[in-house]
Amino acid sequence: MTQERLIKVEALTRVEGEGGLFVRLVGDRIEDVQLTIFEPPRLFEALLRGRKLEEVPDITARICGICPVAYQMSSVHALEAALGIEITEDIRRLRRLLYCGEWIESHALHVHLLHAPDFLGYDSGIDMAKDFPNEVNRGLRLKKHGNQLLEVLGGRAIHPINVAVGGFYRAPRRDELTPLIPDFEWGLQAAVETTRWLATLNFPDFTRAYDMVSLVHPDEYPMNEGRVTSTTGAAWDVRDYEREFHEEHVAHSTALQSSRGERQACYHVGPLARVNLNRERLSPTARRIADEIGFETPCQNPFRAIVARGMEIIHAYEEALDILRTYRPPTIARIKYEHRAGEGCAATEAPRGLIYHRYEVDAAGLVTFAKIVPPTSQNQRQIEDDLRDYLPRILTDDDVATTRKCEQLVRCYDPCISCSTHFLKLTVQRDG
Amino acid sequence: MSAEPKPKIGVFKFASCDGCQLSLLAAEDELLTVAGKIDIAYFLEATSHIDAGPYDIALVEGSITTPSDALRIRDIRQRSKYLITIGACATAGGIQALRNWADHDEFVRAVYARPEYIETLATSTPIAEHVPVDFELRGCPINRHQLVEVIVSLVAGRRPKTPSHSVCLDCKRRGTVCITVAQGVPCLGPVTQSGCGAICPAYDRGCYGCFGPAKQCNTGSLSQQLLADGTPAPELVQLLRNYNGYAPEFRYESERLAGLNSEVIS
Repeated sequence: MTQERLIKVEALTRVEGEGGLFVRLVGDRIEDVQLTIFEPPRLFEALLRGRKLEEVPDITARICGICPVAYQMSSVHALEAALGIEITEDIRRLRRLLYCGEWIESHALHVHLLHAPDFLGYDSGIDMAKDFPNEVNRGLRLKKHGNQLLEVLGGRAIHPINVAVGGFYRAPRRDELTPLIPDFEWGLQAAVETTRWLATLNFPDFTRAYDMVSLVHPDEYPMNEGRVTSTTGAAWDVRDYEREFHEEHVAHSTALQSSRGERQACYHVGPLARVNLNRERLSPTARRIADEIGFETPCQNPFRAIVARGMEIIHAYEEALDILRTYRPPTIARIKYEHRAGEGCAATEAPRGLIYHRYEVDAAGLVTFAKIVPPTSQNQRQIEDDLRDYLPRILTDDDVATTRKCEQLVRCYDPCISCSTHFLKLTVQRDG
Repeated sequence: MSAEPKPKIGVFKFASCDGCQLSLLAAEDELLTVAGKIDIAYFLEATSHIDAGPYDIALVEGSITTPSDALRIRDIRQRSKYLITIGACATAGGIQALRNWADHDEFVRAVYARPEYIETLATSTPIAEHVPVDFELRGCPINRHQLVEVIVSLVAGRRPKTPSHSVCLDCKRRGTVCITVAQGVPCLGPVTQSGCGAICPAYDRGCYGCFGPAKQCNTGSLSQQLLADGTPAPELVQLLRNYNGYAPEFRYESERLAGLNSEVIS
């Protein structure tokens, strides 16, 4: 007799935004896996139309309180492409510095408060702190450094106010930035300790033949620019992104789902994709620690993304230190420009992975069209695909354990459902 | 007596970016100390431990934009002793309240290929339009020190102290030269509530009102001055209509200006 079993997570916890998970099994056969996203739509692409293009980095920041800089960076680069603005090397470095702050803050939050509790069996980072006070306190300090950098350079940590089309409203003075250096020197060593600790966690034995996608830049670890590149070897100019990558609207999600190519295959974006495609461009300390802990690339175990995040925290500290130590305020903080009708797109690397923006603007400087593809919509189909593969290995567990393991896998992607639109609920249905 | 039960706190999200509840996790120095004094009974972003309540304090982020959320907030209100809204979405409808002046169905069609899968309301409204609210904490995002102050004072049984003067006063205190007077840049500082630290003028740009209207603000007087300085009315309408655009003081003024605009501008 065939038994039906449903596994449900009504509300996924320790992810940003609201969603759930629904799995339906008949006997051992998986009939359906849905990452349900019920975050209420806020319709940003519609409400941006008619707004001044100068407001776009402020408005798109509000898509996500955890990674506002990713939205600001992607939107200013896309608008600068539309207006034909070339930014200076000084502005470019300051933008990388800002992104370093966001990577540190976002990764430190995810690693310590959201994901490590899964590996060590706690409900939250706050509970975990009772037994791992050093690790959690160190993590909170790292997160604070990221926020401090965002505060000095961006004006505040959540929804920074200093990012402008063409550069910054005001470049920080040297005496505003240099006081951060001692903390960042400590933080670099602390990030090394964190990554060594993360490498000792127990990782489920689960690997997949992923198609991973990230930006690749010849000279640097990717943040603000590069070619969109797949681990299959294919690469595209950002302007061809929409020809290769497609969005689809499915009934169980208020986030659009992305897929790649004619086969509409799923793909994986995020820290693991970046490390796999750019290992040799990690900072020297990050590379040394990758060797020391024996992090083999390409790494196809999604659970090890937490270690990739650790290595990216090291990288962000080391690159930030380099910029902070050599900083001289640029003579021009913001490039002047004239309004003109045009279209421009850009892709950058948010903490959670590749993010793509495209805008059309008119001669009066108003937005007439906006398209935004956040990392989590790109990972959504991949997450469902992973679960389909992972579930048969854990179905002998009871529902509570199965559910926990599913959630742990979902959290490997650090899903940001506010970005893609709400939170994860796992619903495992086992009828019989 | 240490045996006294700790107050139960729930953190709830509606249509929002998560940034305001993240402010609680961003209070790194206070987090573990505050967490020791309270029982975090419901906070999906931070913990898998879920307690169905009732709660002593409900912190509510986000605006009401769907029929199911309009019901959910009533349920949370019934299970909570104090209900505190945090941030511009919860207190004023947020940036998504721009739909309140637009054709909502057209908005949905512009974003989603299959509008029939989407169930939303035509408006984004603040929590106080749906249930009684005990205290409103402003900001897009909120100020984390003010959030800690709210939690600590409620736990101690006193009324939270948050300033209600305008950003303009904070610029004077900071010693920031007035960006409107010196550079002619439109600035909402005179009508916006304090709380951000007056950061925008300190970074060479005008305030865009993310803490919402200050108490007894004179928006009409400000727009008269900015119009006289040469800011076109449509630009002022947009300046007032962003993260707190649906707050009554900003809403009435932007609607007045939009009306003026159709008569005066040709």
